[in-house]
Amino acid sequence: MNEVAGLQAVPQAIEYIRILPEIVLSIFGMVIMVLDPLLDERRSQRLLGAIALTGSLAAIGATLYQSQYPGLGFWNMVQVDPFSVFFHFLVTTVTAVVILTSYEYMQTQQIRAGEYYGLILFGAVGMCLMSSAVELVLIFIALEISSISTYILAGFRRRAAISSEASVKYFLLGSFATAFFLYGVALMFGATGSTNIAVIREKLSAGPIPLLAYTGVAFMFVGLGFKVAAAPFHIWTPDVYEGAPAPVVGFMSTAPKAAVFAVLLRIIFEARVPDVSWLIWIAAALSMTLGNIGALVQENIKRLLAYSSIAHAGYLLMAYAALPNNGIPAAMFYTASYAAMNVGAFAVVSHFAGAGERYVNLHDYEGLGQRSPVLAAALTVFLLSLIGIPITGGFFAKFYVFSAAVQNNLMGLVIIGVLNSAIGAYYYLRIIVAMYMREAREEIAVSPVSLGLGAALAVSLIITLYLGVLPGQVLKYASQSATSLVR
Amino acid sequence: MSALNSVILTLVTFIPLAGSLLLLLLPRRDRDIRWFALVVTLLAFVLSLHLPVHLQRDQPGFQYEVNLPWISSPNIHYHMGVDGISTWLVVLTTFLTPLCVLISWKSIHERVKEFFILLLILETALIGVFVSLDLFLFYFFWEATLIPMALLIGMYGHGRKVYAAIKFFLYTMIASMFMLAAILWLYAKTGSFDFVSIQAAIHNGQVEHFANAATWLFLGFFIAFAVKVPLFPFHTWLPDAHVEAPTAGSVLLAGVLLKMGTYGMLRFNLGLFPEQSRANAWWVMILALIGIIYGALVALVQPNLKKLIAYSSISHLGFVVLGLFSFTQAGLDGATFVMLAHGVSTGALFMLAGILYERRHTYEISEFGGLATPMPVYATFFLFITLASLGLPLLNGFIGEFLVLSGAFRDRAIYGVLGATGVIWSACYLLWMYQRVFFGKVTRETNQSLPDLDMRECVVLWPAALAALIMGVAPLIWLNAFDPAAQAILAPFTQLASKVVAK
Repeated sequence: MNEVAGLQAVPQAIEYIRILPEIVLSIFGMVIMVLDPLLDERRSQRLLGAIALTGSLAAIGATLYQSQYPGLGFWNMVQVDPFSVFFHFLVTTVTAVVILTSYEYMQTQQIRAGEYYGLILFGAVGMCLMSSAVELVLIFIALEISSISTYILAGFRRRAAISSEASVKYFLLGSFATAFFLYGVALMFGATGSTNIAVIREKLSAGPIPLLAYTGVAFMFVGLGFKVAAAPFHIWTPDVYEGAPAPVVGFMSTAPKAAVFAVLLRIIFEARVPDVSWLIWIAAALSMTLGNIGALVQENIKRLLAYSSIAHAGYLLMAYAALPNNGIPAAMFYTASYAAMNVGAFAVVSHFAGAGERYVNLHDYEGLGQRSPVLAAALTVFLLSLIGIPITGGFFAKFYVFSAAVQNNLMGLVIIGVLNSAIGAYYYLRIIVAMYMREAREEIAVSPVSLGLGAALAVSLIITLYLGVLPGQVLKYASQSATSLVR
Repeated sequence: MSALNSVILTLVTFIPLAGSLLLLLLPRRDRDIRWFALVVTLLAFVLSLHLPVHLQRDQPGFQYEVNLPWISSPNIHYHMGVDGISTWLVVLTTFLTPLCVLISWKSIHERVKEFFILLLILETALIGVFVSLDLFLFYFFWEATLIPMALLIGMYGHGRKVYAAIKFFLYTMIASMFMLAAILWLYAKTGSFDFVSIQAAIHNGQVEHFANAATWLFLGFFIAFAVKVPLFPFHTWLPDAHVEAPTAGSVLLAGVLLKMGTYGMLRFNLGLFPEQSRANAWWVMILALIGIIYGALVALVQPNLKKLIAYSSISHLGFVVLGLFSFTQAGLDGATFVMLAHGVSTGALFMLAGILYERRHTYEISEFGGLATPMPVYATFFLFITLASLGLPLLNGFIGEFLVLSGAFRDRAIYGVLGATGVIWSACYLLWMYQRVFFGKVTRETNQSLPDLDMRECVVLWPAALAALIMGVAPLIWLNAFDPAAQAILAPFTQLASKVVAK
């Protein structure tokens, strides 16, 4: 390997900047883990939450700083480019919003555990690393860091059996899926002799593509497809989302998903892997259809949003079937706006769930529009965005994905997508109808919105509406990073 | 006034939205909220009068244009402009909305703030639909009308309001998805959402594969508009939505929302796909005729006052479609005139029905009878509007339908003959309804003591009645404005016709 031989043995200082957000997040995570046993149990929550929030904000700052120093680092294993910076921002912002949401939630649920915040930060480390890694083994390690944290987080409602079930189920199926990914990496190594994405690209474009490479990509796709809850690897999603704590669901349905989609973009477009668009075509069509049809009959909001996230994974995959120069920005925009609206929706759900997550059914939302106009209005905006109604981010997200697909002559997929969004409108609308047009059956007291949750909601609302009114800046940035990716 | 010309469309469109944002900040004192909403809508109305007053009649093309880049990629522009036709549809919207505020003054007493916020958002979206010249912007406003309207029906309606709201939402949403697909196709091939440049590109044959896709594109747009009009057989959402909607919702639904469909056909189906419009005109006209006659016959047997008016809308809108697809100057002018006339008179009919509902909480015709005795002023207004709606000469209903029929005759005599029966039917169901509600003896005891119109209700009805009269006496004010716009739309059709002759 001449490429590796030419590198110096010790990384330079600037290379540490290229993993600065990860370093910051790890340090704060470890501080939390060390402080947790030392502190008084009753008072620790507030402080640890504050540390975690500071950590995620510091990571946002670190990302900003890092964006000034693009380039490779650590023996060509990580790469800072506009693309990775975009996903770093996304992951760290989602982390901050989820921490804001969790603070109140942990109090209501009376879960006293400092490691919760530590795990969120460690999960974020893995996700950040996923988006900047350009080496398949490092990607695998990052995937595991993020997955293991989310396995544990899913089981955090220790008193509820359903939560432990979610955790175990997620862990078993998840490890199975990562094994698939690792197997795919091994096959790719066999086919090209390298695990570095740049080298793989050279090898693949140089000569005829070996059959091993096809198999390798297919296996990797299975592993990644599981993580983003794309059909036919989606079976775990509803159960896990139902059992896991609501803020955690908000976290794991957005940040890891975005990171995995980033990996998928790198593997598919940067490595120039053999054409697998038919595979993605099928996965996209299946995810949209199964997700939307499954969501139609759900009575539990968390399950409903779980199916909706399967459907959204399908819309997103549609962008992958399209050409790189249109598909990549469309996919990036979609992950960003999906993150904003879904984290926001789960913030409302987690506030309203109450102690022991008792109120998570559709009929509990009846009359919410009168009892808590602000929460109901916020949830309405997020749901309208999930439907894809103008002046919300979800509208442009869908729009870009569909138009990318049209430009690539994928009319069949577009029509499936269009029909699916019409089905989707129905079940999101059911929630809005319940909130505004039906009377409450029983009097459920809604506790006042705390400062942390208010901030979380405000951030998600502002981003959702900003992406819906002025999507130009973000899209332009995404297009630029797309060119850096396919260069 | 040139300084105002460049910003007038933006102002008129967004003043209601700005008003709704300010309403958010106002404290929940219902009285203040109502007055504020009234002032905002009146301001929008006064400003919108600038459009017809300063419209250059002899100048073809769009006026008061603004064209600013909004999003660079995809190439979306904030492109607005109006011609003689859309100018008056904007004025119709701004004219009806203050009346809607007034008619809801007392009937809406719960969640007042939300109601007026929704109403103002709806006004912005409706105006936006009529002034957008960028296909994307158009679609944006088109979809944006859905939510406030569905919420108005679902939150403030009565009876099976939730069912009606969801049905309305899903019907129109699914249909407009097809339009979105067609718009995306056009963008993929031309790289632009701009109506004017796409029109030019299609006209000059610069769009790849257009010949193969044109019929599908025509249908994509057409379905979205046909559901909105609603054209038979896509009409089933309309009676439900109307019956359950609050009065203001019905007024805007019948008065303006339905015109979005016919306006869309006029601007996009006829404007972008003249050849396909001509090729498909025969079945569209047959559907329109079925709508005219079927709507009228069903209206005849309705026991519910509001449902009767709803079905009469289906019948009247059939005239509009008939006129549009006759591709004649008279047909187009007439169709546009019917749009306006129907907006005024049916809007007024719904307001009248709403006034009755406030007193008796029912729309059943059998509950009434002999109302002319306790409510003479009300009965007079009702008669006047009824006559306007059924097309009495010198009132607004007559001239539009007359022009449409003469256009349809020129196209094919049988269309004109069948369409003309619709006029007779409309006289039947309206007059019969009037007779059952107002004449004879007072059949129910409670109806004896019904109060007549109060000051506010007269203030609501006078403008509508006056508009109906002026439109009937001096239709040239409007027709002069429509003429150049209609000519511009018809230009490709006359070229087509001469091509056929030359062959």
